[in-house]
Amino acid sequence: MTTLSTRDLVHCALFAAIVAALGLLPPIPLAFIPVPVTAQTLGVMLAGALLGAKRGGLALVLFVLLVLAGLPLLAGGRGGFGVVLGPTGGFLLGFPLGAFVIGWLAERLPRGGNVLTLFVACALGGIGAVYALGVPWLVLVGGLPVEKALYGSLAFVPGDLIKAGVAAFAAAAVRRGYPTLAAH
Amino acid sequence: MLGLYLHRESPVHALPAGWKLAGLAVAATGVFFVTGPAPLGAALLACLGLFALAWLPARTAADQLRPLLPILLVLFAAQAAFADWETAVVVTARVCLLVLLSALVTLTTRASEMIETLERVLGVLRPLGVNAGKLSLMLALTIRLIPVLFDLVQEIRMAQRARGVERSALALLVPLLVKTLRMADTLGDALEARGYDPR
Repeated sequence: MTTLSTRDLVHCALFAAIVAALGLLPPIPLAFIPVPVTAQTLGVMLAGALLGAKRGGLALVLFVLLVLAGLPLLAGGRGGFGVVLGPTGGFLLGFPLGAFVIGWLAERLPRGGNVLTLFVACALGGIGAVYALGVPWLVLVGGLPVEKALYGSLAFVPGDLIKAGVAAFAAAAVRRGYPTLAAH
Repeated sequence: MLGLYLHRESPVHALPAGWKLAGLAVAATGVFFVTGPAPLGAALLACLGLFALAWLPARTAADQLRPLLPILLVLFAAQAAFADWETAVVVTARVCLLVLLSALVTLTTRASEMIETLERVLGVLRPLGVNAGKLSLMLALTIRLIPVLFDLVQEIRMAQRARGVERSALALLVPLLVKTLRMADTLGDALEARGYDPR
């Protein structure tokens, strides 16, 4: 953490706040499907794709710490230790890991990646890494049989794929509108 | 102020946050070794006793479980179908107990005190390169930025509605991100101009 500049610190705090603000929002309606998207995992994907592995992961660590501290920042105004110790706590703990994985992948894309490669990174990190913690947690804490937990979580995959698409388009557009972001 | 804290004059509130967290950690681990419905029932009663000791009404305890109701029902049904009734009761009671205990800690501890305690706990990680000072600056910045961002989101949504693109997530996200990233740069410059040294 000693190598973080003041700008890095502010960017991490900013994305932690963006994830929180997206959770306070009423779900964003999408033009092309009737299912509304709760935007919080969108923030995870954006943090990873725009800030990279280290700063993106750190931004989500900040967010998780604030939730643990009892601020009602999760979608629906939930917060506190109860969320983490509850059956879905693994998904919350998967946020930092997801942002880290997305950032790690995005940093390795040629020229920072295009919409398509960023989409793949967002899907792998935002779905793969987040579910990799969330589903075992559901099995362990909730005592659900593995296949049942997997099957239940699959219902959220289409929505998450759409979010990965939105995040990829947004990240590519923001890189154009704010080109100095990746320059360090 | 945003937060879930409920102020009361009680011994539970007066207990330092570190003790409450340590107690929660021990209880949360211990609860997985309790397998019978009777001891779990006793533990649930004891937990409700702690709510009473903290002067929190039973309704507050029920409020903590209400958002979890759908998932608790799924859990109960899955266990009852795959295992037996006793296991279903035990697993569901265990989750309720965990949620109630941790909600008790959250309801009786101020967010500021909790953040201080978390910082102290994370201070242990200093050898791994975790800088508690930077961490607390970032946490404070985040708390300050949340209401600012929320206002900005509303503002941009209004503007996009006026343009007829309120159903597009991209039309919200891209201006929000570009605008706040610029704001973040100004904020960083302001911090350094006031003598903040990131080393």
